[in-house]
Amino acid sequence: MTEKRIRIMVAKPGLDGHDRGARILARAFRDAGYEVIYTGVHQTPEQIAAAAIQEDVDLVGLSCLSGAHGYLFPRVVELLREKGAEDITVIGGGIIPDQDFQKLYDAGIKAIFTPGASLESILEWVGANVKPRD
Amino acid sequence: MEESEQLKKIKAGDVRTASRLIRNLEDEIPEAKNALKRIFLHTGKAHVVGITGSPGAGKSTLVDALITSYRKKGDTVGVLAVDPTSPFTGGAILGDRIRMQKHAEDSGVFVRSLATRGALGGLSKAVGDAVHVLDVMGKNLILIETVGAGQQEVDIINHSHTVIVVLVPGMGDDIQAIKAGMMEIADIFVINKADRDGANKLYNELVAMLNMAHEFPGGWRPPIIKIGNCFDAVSFAQSVDKLAATVADHYRCLEETGLLGDRMKRKAMVELGESLRDAILSPILKEMTQSGEMDLFVEKLLKKEADPYTIAEEAARRYLK
Repeated sequence: MTEKRIRIMVAKPGLDGHDRGARILARAFRDAGYEVIYTGVHQTPEQIAAAAIQEDVDLVGLSCLSGAHGYLFPRVVELLREKGAEDITVIGGGIIPDQDFQKLYDAGIKAIFTPGASLESILEWVGANVKPRD
Repeated sequence: MEESEQLKKIKAGDVRTASRLIRNLEDEIPEAKNALKRIFLHTGKAHVVGITGSPGAGKSTLVDALITSYRKKGDTVGVLAVDPTSPFTGGAILGDRIRMQKHAEDSGVFVRSLATRGALGGLSKAVGDAVHVLDVMGKNLILIETVGAGQQEVDIINHSHTVIVVLVPGMGDDIQAIKAGMMEIADIFVINKADRDGANKLYNELVAMLNMAHEFPGGWRPPIIKIGNCFDAVSFAQSVDKLAATVADHYRCLEETGLLGDRMKRKAMVELGESLRDAILSPILKEMTQSGEMDLFVEKLLKKEADPYTIAEEAARRYLK
C-alpha cells in the first residue's frame, strides 16, 4: 500500500572514530520505525552529501566528537544546497560548546543535541519536524 | 509531458531524479508506476549480477571490491543493497553502504540501500523496479546484494543474469552442500575468507557436489573462486579481478548458448506475475480490509465457524467475474 516512509541517514564526518552514540541513535531510529542508513566513520562532507542524495533521505544526522563541527556540519548543508537538495533536513550532535550553537543554526543546522540529550527528546524533535515529502 | 522530462533526466544520469523515483516506487506511489511504464521500454541493456550468502559472509566488502575492479575498466556500476526490515517496528538499519562509501563521490557509481519491507525471498519488492531505473541511468553493471541469506532466499535468480553465492569456511558439514535451495542457484561460487581454516574442505565439498550434477545448462560448470583476507590488499584485489572476469565469462556463455533469453524470459514472467497479482489481488484485499470483511472472516476462522479455503473460493467468485 502507498505509504511515504521516512528515511534517515546517520553519518560521522571527520576523523574521530567514536561512533557508539551514532550507533545507538541509529538503533533508536530503527526501533521508532524509520529506515536508517548508517555511513560508518571517517566520512568527508562530500561523501555524506552524495550518499544522502543517492539514498534520498529526509534527514541527515551528523555526529562529531572531534571539535571540527564548525567546518564539517555547515559544509554538508552547503553541499546539499549546491546539489539542489536543500529540502533534506540536517541536524547535528556530539561534543559541541554552547557558544557554537548559533553559528551552526545560522549555517542551516536545524537542531543540535549534546551529551545528556535523551533519545526521547531526539525522537520527539524528529517526529515533530521531519514530515513525509510532498 | 513531465514524465518524459523525468525520463530524460534519468537517462542523463541525474541522481536526484533517479533516487526519488526509486523511493516513490518503494512507497508504491501510483505516479511512479506510471513513470515506470515509460521507462520499461528503454531497459534491458545492463548485466545484472546477484550476490547472495549468509550474514557476515563478506558480500558488501566483495561488492565494494567489484566496484573498484569494474571502474578500473571504465564500466559504470549501480548497486542495490538490501537489508532486513524489523517485523515489529517496520524500521531498518541499512548498513551495507558502510563498506562502499569510498565510491560515494564517483559519478560512475550509484549505490542505493533498500529495506525488505516484509518481502521474504531475500530481496525487497522494489528491487525489480529499481533495476530498471539504474538500467535506464546507463549503468553497465548492476550489482544486487541480497539480505544475509540462508538456504531458501532464492528470489535473486529471478532478477539477475549471473548469481554469485558467497560462502565462508566453517558453516556446517558436507550435508549442507547437497541441500536444495541456495546451493543450486549459483553460477559462480566464492569461498570468501579463504585464508581461514576449512577453506580446502569447503572447496572439496563443492567440487564433490558439482561432480554429482547430471548436466550443466549451456555447459557452464559453476567455477569456485577462493578469495582471501581483504586486508591482504594486493592478492585480494587480484582475486576480485578474477571474479569480475569470471562474471563476464558467464555473461558471454549465456549469450553464446542462448541461455540469456531463458533468463530474460524467467525475469519477464516473474515481473508479469507480480504485476498481475498487484493489479488483481491488491484492490480486492484493500476493499475487503476497508469494508471490515477481513476482520469478520478472521473472527469466523478463530471460532471455527468457517475455513479459509471456502472463504477464498467464495471471494474469488464474488470479485472475479
